[in-house]
Formats: sequence, C-alpha cells, structure tokens
Amino acid sequence: MFESLQLFLAQWVPDSIATVLVILVQAAMVIVPLMLAVAYLTYAERKVIGYMQIRLGPNRVGPGGWLQPIADALKLLMKEVIIPSKSNVYLFVIAPVLAIAPAIAVWAVVPFADGVVVADINAGLLYILAISSIGVYGVVVAGWASNSKYAFLGALRSSAQKVSYEIAMGFALVTVIMTAGSMNLTEIVNGQQGGMLSWYWIPLLPMFVVYFIAGVAETNRAPFDVAEGESEIVAGFHVDYSGMTFAVFFLAEYAMMILISFLTAIMFMGGWLSPFEGIPGLETLFSFVPAFVWIALKVSFLLFVFLWFRATFPRYRYDQIMRLGWKIFIPLTILWVFVVGVMAYFKVAPWFVNGGVA
Amino acid sequence: MGVEKFLFYVFVLIAVFASLGVIGSRNPVRSALFLVLAFVATAGVWLLLQAEFLGIVLILVYVGAVMVLFLFVIMMLDINLTPLKEGFARYLPIGIVVALVVLAEMAMVLNPTFFGLQNFPSPVALAVTDSNTKMLGQLLFTEYLFAFELAAVLLLLSIVAAIVLTLRRRHQSEALYQDVGVQVRVQASDRLTMVKMAPTVKANAPEQGAE
Repeated sequence: MFESLQLFLAQWVPDSIATVLVILVQAAMVIVPLMLAVAYLTYAERKVIGYMQIRLGPNRVGPGGWLQPIADALKLLMKEVIIPSKSNVYLFVIAPVLAIAPAIAVWAVVPFADGVVVADINAGLLYILAISSIGVYGVVVAGWASNSKYAFLGALRSSAQKVSYEIAMGFALVTVIMTAGSMNLTEIVNGQQGGMLSWYWIPLLPMFVVYFIAGVAETNRAPFDVAEGESEIVAGFHVDYSGMTFAVFFLAEYAMMILISFLTAIMFMGGWLSPFEGIPGLETLFSFVPAFVWIALKVSFLLFVFLWFRATFPRYRYDQIMRLGWKIFIPLTILWVFVVGVMAYFKVAPWFVNGGVA
Repeated sequence: MGVEKFLFYVFVLIAVFASLGVIGSRNPVRSALFLVLAFVATAGVWLLLQAEFLGIVLILVYVGAVMVLFLFVIMMLDINLTPLKEGFARYLPIGIVVALVVLAEMAMVLNPTFFGLQNFPSPVALAVTDSNTKMLGQLLFTEYLFAFELAAVLLLLSIVAAIVLTLRRRHQSEALYQDVGVQVRVQASDRLTMVKMAPTVKANAPEQGAE
C-alpha cells in the first residue's frame, strides 16, 4: 500500500522527498487515531468511574456528553500559558515536549495487525523499553524547572518510582523474549498462534500480572499516583503548568496508558489473534472478525482495568510502592526467568515448541 | 551526499555541540541535560554503524537510568557557583598544561599510524535479517564467556558492597522501624472491635428544677 504511494509520489518529486512524505503519512496515520483515542479515553474514564460511583459523568456537551473531550481540548487551547517568573523558562517549556515525544515515538514499532506496523525492527521490544525510559526526563525537568517545592517533590517521587518499576518491567519482558525467542513484536504475536491456551499468559502468568501492575505504576496511575497525590503535594510535578503545557503532560500520560495496554495485549494475550483459533465450531463462527477488532477488544478491556483500578483502590503509601517494586516484583521476576529457562529446556508444549531460547 | 552521511553529520554536530554544552554551561543541571543529549546523539551514530543493540542499550542504561539518578543528586544540591569559580584564574595555567598533556597523549595514540583507515578492513554491511542481538549474544556466551562472567561477578560484588555500606540499623530510640510482615498479617479483628449496643437506651431521670 505504501509502496504504491511512494511510486505515485516519485513521479513528481525526488525519491528522497517521496520517502520522507511517505514516512510523514505513516506517522500521521498512527498519531491522529492515537490522539483521538486519548481524547475518548478521558471521556471513558469519567463515564466509567461515574457509573461505578452511581453518577452520570459528563452528559451536557453533545448527545450523552460525546463532545466533552473536544470541548475540554478547546478550553485548554484557549487558556493562558503561565510561566512562573522564577522558573527556568527554557527548560520549563521543553519539559512537556520531553514527556510527549517518547510517548509518541514508541508507537513506531507497535504492530496493529500482521504487517501493519510503521517500522518492523528486530529489536522492537528493546526499542520500546529504551524510548519509554526517556519519558522520565519530562517529569524530572518539569519538576526542577518550575522552581517550586511541590513540583520538585512530585518529580522526585515520580521519577524514582518510574526507574524502580522499569527494572521489574524489563525482567518481565526478558521472560517474554525467552519464550518467543525474538524481540520483534510481530514474531512474538505469531509465536502465540493456536487459540487462547497458546497465549503466553499461561506460562508467564505471574509476569503478566507483574507487567501490568508495573505498567500502572510506570504511568503514575492510581493506586500508584503519589506523584500527584493532591492531598499531600497539590498536583505533583505539573502544579505550575497551565493550559496547553499541562494538556501535553496529560496527553503523554494517556498515550502511555494505551501503549502499556497494547504491549500487554501483544505479549501476553495474543495480540490480534482470535482467542478461538483451533476450536472447531467457534473458529469458523468468528472467522469474519478482522484482526484489528480482536486487538482493539483486548486493549479496551485492559484500559477498562486501568480505570477500574482507579475507582477501586485507595492510594498506596510511598514506602509501600517502593517495597512492592523492589522487594516483591524484582525477586519474583528474576525467579521466573529461571522457571522459563527450565520450561524452555524441556520444551513444554504448546508455548515452547517453536521458537524459544533452547 | 547520501541520507546516511547527512544523518551522520547531524548526529555528530549535535554530539559536539552537546559536549561543549556539558563543560560550558554555568548551571550543573543544564550540563547534565547536555550530557544526556550527547548520549542520545552518540546512540544515533551507533545506529548508523548498524550496532542497533548497543545504541538502544546506551539509551536504556545511560539515558534512562544512570543520568536520571545523576540528575537527582545534582538537582538536590544547592550549588553556590561563586566559590566554585574563585580559583579560576589561579588554576588556569595548570589547567592549560594538563589539557595540553592529555591532548598530546591522545594524539600520540590515536594517530593515523595506529588508527588510520588503512589499518582496518572496510566494514561489511549487514543484511536486514541479521540480528545484532543474536550475534552479540553468541559472541558473549562462547568466545568471551569468561570475561562476561567475570564482569557479572564484579557487578554483583559492587551491588553487595553498596548495600552493605548503607545497611546500618540504628537503635530503636533513634529511628522508627516498621515490621512489614506484621503489617501485612494484620486482621480487621486486631484493629476493630464491634460493640453490641441495645438499639434504644433508657433516658436518665429528668433533671430536677427544669421548667
């Protein structure tokens, strides 16, 4: 599809410019739906939590409140961007960019269906881990540049938390790489063929749980949202941000939430594969469902779990977060690396028969 | 000029600019951030060298973890810059001498006799399917296994040493400790007593003298 677009463009412009244009088109095709998804995730969040608390949630703008996110975005665009007088202006302005750029750049390697990916690189998982680890700078720089104690405390809490949970996350990914024998996300999904029971969530069940919880902590979501614990430090690292600069932080957080859900679906829940593969009656019954729909369903469920967590659990205490990360998750993940090694050595069916490290 | 060459010059210019920023900025936090930029630009150059694993790991380890902790420490220091600059003029001559000596040493080793292009075969371009990670892993676990294991033991040793250095238990009167095991095992019945009360309580006899 993109080859023909490139050939079409190459008739008018030089080859190199055609390549750049095609890359821009591909980027737009990922970013525009992502931003729409972020907008409607905020709407879903308010609605879901509203119904969980027996209220209606947003219901005034548009039918059933459907235009609420658009109205919010317009409001944030119109608001004045206030720059505190004693702040480090340059870093203050660049911090939101440092937060959003990695949150968008990671999407380059995320496959939406077999072959539907901007850059199908070998070290895809490693790329995601590396780029998402840059996101921490947005928080740190924002907290420091604001020149405010609350913002600084929030930044310290948040970055320490992100760095800590990244280790557990990385080890969880190591088990996935060992099982699939590849760091390419498309190959990881294709290694899970054969229905719900061949997905990696069964041999890697503890890692599935650890990864998702670490993902919640990574994105600073409730119950791990001490970085913006409004009862203690007002709003954390973005206290001094207003208008669009605040909105950019907000966008980055929600884009990362969607990313974590995508990765969990891809690595543990079979990505775009149908859960009924290999089951005689159901496989043909559901064969009309396109791959996009399956992955969208899985991702929607995981995003719902994010919101569900927020409505259910009270906020963790800071030392409890650190204990959970360092003393429970990291030892558990290291143990599971060895368990997966043993399973791969004995080629436990159906997960380790093709691929795997052994 | 091909795309690769163009990208190479872009990354290298950024790296040089950032490195100058590291030593040139007045503010230590900005220096640290410039160092981050230098790392990222270098990772870009490594990617162009088809060393994608090393390039990504550079970002993951140095940018994502080491420099964050670095920034942490620098940000919490309240550095007063004037006393740091006091001896600048006095130490300048020694500084220039040291810089020149280092420059001369580097020129003696890194000169064309040892590192000239004629000493190295031109690199073979890798196929698209060649996985950098696999190649590195195979080398590390066969040819360089001993060195690899030694490095692992060394790292483990430093972790243990760092923990031992900071692990000190102060006396109970100086610090409060919490026993997490006890906290986790706690039951509602330990904290909460349900008191049964009769739904109605007979009021006391009315006060004397009330109107």
